[in-house]
Amino acid sequence: MTDEPLIYDLSSPGRRGVRAPLPQFEPVDPTEALPTSELRTDLPLPEASEIDVMRHFLRLSHKNHSVDTAMYPLGSCTMKYNPKVNEVTARTPGLADIHPCQPPATAQGALELIYELEALLASITGFPAVSTQPAAGSQGELCGLLSILAWHQSRGEARTQVLVPDSAHGTNPATGTMSGLEVISLPTADDGGIDLQNLKERLGPGAAAIMLTLPSTLGLFERRILEVVELVHAAGAQVYCDGANMNAMLGRVRPADLGIDVMHLNLHKTFSTPHGGGGPGAGALAVQAHLEPFLPGPRVVRNGEVFELADPPPTSIGRVHSHLGNFGNLVRAYTYIRSLGAEGLREAADDAVLNANYLRASLSDDYDLPYDRICMHEVVLAGTRQRRLGVRTLDIAKRLIDYGIHPPTIYFPIIVDEALMIEPTETESRESLDNFIDVMRRIAREAESDPDKLHDAPVNAPVRRLDEVTANRRPNVRRVPEGGD
Amino acid sequence: MYPDDLGYTREHEWVRDEGDHLLVGITAYAQEELGDVVYVELPTPGESFAAGDEFGTVESVKAVSPLYVPMSGEILDVNEELEAQPELINEDPYAAGWMIRLAASDPSERDTLLDAQAYEQLVNELRA
Amino acid sequence: MSYAPNTDADRAAMLRTVGVESIDDLFVDIPVQHRDPTLDLPPALPETDVIRHLAELGARNATSSDLPSFLGAGFYRHFVPALVDQQLLRSEWYTAYTPYQPEMAQGTLQAMYEFQSLVCDLTGMDVSNASLYDGASALAEAVLLCRGLTRRPRVVIADTVHPAYRDVAATYVSALDVDLHVVSAACRDATSVRPDLQPLVNAIDDQTSCVVIQRPDFLGMVVDPDPVIQAAREHGARVVVVVGDPVSLGLLVPLGDLGADIVVGELRSLAGPPAYGGPGAGMFAVRSELIRRVPGRIAGRTMDLDGKNAFVLTLQTREQHIRRERATSNITTNQALVTLGATISLCALGRRGLREIAEQSLTAAHRAAEALAGAGAVIASDAPYVNEFAVHAPGGAAARLERLRKEGNVLAGIDLGCVSPTFDDLILVAATELTTADDVEALASAWAQTQ
Repeated sequence: MTDEPLIYDLSSPGRRGVRAPLPQFEPVDPTEALPTSELRTDLPLPEASEIDVMRHFLRLSHKNHSVDTAMYPLGSCTMKYNPKVNEVTARTPGLADIHPCQPPATAQGALELIYELEALLASITGFPAVSTQPAAGSQGELCGLLSILAWHQSRGEARTQVLVPDSAHGTNPATGTMSGLEVISLPTADDGGIDLQNLKERLGPGAAAIMLTLPSTLGLFERRILEVVELVHAAGAQVYCDGANMNAMLGRVRPADLGIDVMHLNLHKTFSTPHGGGGPGAGALAVQAHLEPFLPGPRVVRNGEVFELADPPPTSIGRVHSHLGNFGNLVRAYTYIRSLGAEGLREAADDAVLNANYLRASLSDDYDLPYDRICMHEVVLAGTRQRRLGVRTLDIAKRLIDYGIHPPTIYFPIIVDEALMIEPTETESRESLDNFIDVMRRIAREAESDPDKLHDAPVNAPVRRLDEVTANRRPNVRRVPEGGD
Repeated sequence: MYPDDLGYTREHEWVRDEGDHLLVGITAYAQEELGDVVYVELPTPGESFAAGDEFGTVESVKAVSPLYVPMSGEILDVNEELEAQPELINEDPYAAGWMIRLAASDPSERDTLLDAQAYEQLVNELRA
Repeated sequence: MSYAPNTDADRAAMLRTVGVESIDDLFVDIPVQHRDPTLDLPPALPETDVIRHLAELGARNATSSDLPSFLGAGFYRHFVPALVDQQLLRSEWYTAYTPYQPEMAQGTLQAMYEFQSLVCDLTGMDVSNASLYDGASALAEAVLLCRGLTRRPRVVIADTVHPAYRDVAATYVSALDVDLHVVSAACRDATSVRPDLQPLVNAIDDQTSCVVIQRPDFLGMVVDPDPVIQAAREHGARVVVVVGDPVSLGLLVPLGDLGADIVVGELRSLAGPPAYGGPGAGMFAVRSELIRRVPGRIAGRTMDLDGKNAFVLTLQTREQHIRRERATSNITTNQALVTLGATISLCALGRRGLREIAEQSLTAAHRAAEALAGAGAVIASDAPYVNEFAVHAPGGAAARLERLRKEGNVLAGIDLGCVSPTFDDLILVAATELTTADDVEALASAWAQTQ
């Protein structure tokens, strides 16, 4: 594939793209409205024709792999099919062309949708209260920890620590710091679960919460979850669940039933809203009743047949979004849940878990399996056997690209050497999985017979491996206009 | 690999006694483990640290490692070359890749450092 | 129905490979008493029916075609060229994820790099990230950056910064040792309002990490920020500027030239309709010396092994997946698809197009003000403005707005009581290049009708 020039290189002085609307009024000269010192003299934007702009971005799009292209088994990201009907409903004019400041009386359908979506998520997770305001999982985490802290404070307690297993996603400890908490790392036990003895030792009077991921990032359901919850509660702390992996639990268990206090959901993972090349996502925060007064606001409330926006109560942690969250994605998630119903959601979890176990059983002869037990929606393999042949997990990942498959998440969780974290999702067929298995086995053979093939990979992608060292030593993060600046 | 005239920490810093001050950097082993160094964050001259305090970080593309002060003292100077050329740490860890110049407040701490032989043994254990 | 393609025969064969009898056997780690709850959900709907259901919900909202709208306050109805949504519906864009494997994501990465370049061109700043969640969280992150940089506790923030942005910043710092000091930056007389930066200047001290102003400010006013910037420089504080309407950047002098250290703002208006406030896209641009403290993703340009131009996520050691509890922020996703829309829009509009829609917005707002004045209104803004201004509403903004909607069938603006209780007789009116002469006539006649 050839280099695609920057859009600036397709620019030619005087060339027009799209036309502005016809003037509706006699023009006001900006110099009459504003002092000339406030007006810019130069606007260094490209000048390209509409067709050149269209072709430029179309050609760029061809350089991307996507869920709609082929399998995308990126662990912890739940790259499932994004139903096309979601894109239709999200573009319904009455749900897209509405302004966040219009009075609730003129946005009853939008408010009802939010209210109903929160109710659906409450049913699915078992929690009595849900806020869909967080714009993404990480914002859900921040709201969750701040709510927990507010709850402690309301009881006259100042707690300063959060316990995070060493297998956790990096966002968890980062959120702990943003919440002003000291992050205490918990080691993982030999079976991949939480080490109860260690937990007891670290659960002091300063512990505000434990943040755990369920199923864990190792793809394992915490068998001792009830004991963990009991220990944490006995110490006066709260249990926060990172719900990134809810896809494994739909219809199989409601996290609230396990005694968990707070959980965030990633609507762009479990509930099929598209990942968009890195966002927008959408979070949601689900809590037990005792934490509801602390949820971010404003919240949608129902008053008879009318939906209203209630200002956050004084107990609330406040706002985390300029309006009501990523509404467009709430429309998509609502569409998805209404399309699947209870049976469909459970089927999604069942097939997601079955698919992951099928990969586990089929690949354990060719790759090391650090935790050899039934997994949930994802399986963590290790390229340790291949490392002894001089092949790294990175090489395996890059070779998958040559076979047209997106690599799994690699080197995460960080407690697994040479980790390959594979999440097939329920929307891959058995044939697709068989193809993946076949390719992974072929790569294992190549690692034995022709390791350079892996070191050189990819050779069938738009570009080969990149010079990331120079990119980091001397960052070039924007096009520098001619003549420098 | 590990010059005899240097003292070493278990965290892979080296110390060279230059009479009225110390020079500090990271060892050949440390830079090898890190891979290509892309950035180093150093303290401001005038700051004081106790032995074992973190004085900065060194980064590769995918990792960040803390740097620890081997002996208590005040920062006199930092290696400004590293800002534009962090690769000096890989290319010449014991000379051009030095990081901080330190005025030691307690010279007796010198005795807590490993000598070249002990440090090499530590590295061999880590590599095993 | 779950979009899962496996048949029962597939499942049976796969279960044999796994070595278990039934799918239930895969869930045995879940405590038995909590296994397999019944979910109380409405029945599944086929595609046709779910579309109909959502259309019904949509029909209960008023769009800008139903009611002429002069609502702005961060979300403006701007012209978004048709090719933008055609591109956003391409699977290669919207069903891809974060470009962790650059060899398979050059499209997303180059688009991010072009976005960053466009933001730098528009703002006059050196470095832009690939976006944050929205304008509000971008401001919160800017405040956190300045706190980490200066280790000073005090933040001085003008009350003419978007009130929701102020609220979000307050939430983000609520558990940290930060004193968020909101200072009046506009003064009133009976029927008018004008900028007054002196209280801000006075509030900046040696414990101030940053001062936050908005431009044009939340009331639409444009004022020379130099006194604030000078005061900040004197005290070693950083200057954070919130951009009101990104289209105004096509007209106004670049913020980097004015001396901003960090520029944040909301870019949704460039990418699509307001969508009830989200997803937006938070702009975040800084001076080059702050590059390693920037939160969120940044694309960089480099080369591949063969020397071919290529793009990659860079400076990732700032981020949570590497630095964990010491990261610059916990942010993970960004708003890539929204920024892609904004990028394509800016490219298609180009140098002249953006300038034209900015000028048309300015024209529409000034003509709307004239028409309102002709209908007996007092224009309260006593300062230059681009496309948003305040109108005096004797007897209170809230009541007047309700009458304007109910009796005049127009969404005339926003109650400025949200900025300060002393502004609750002011209405914020916004216009853009999509505001028609008919809309303005409707507004003026509604005003006259509700005197």
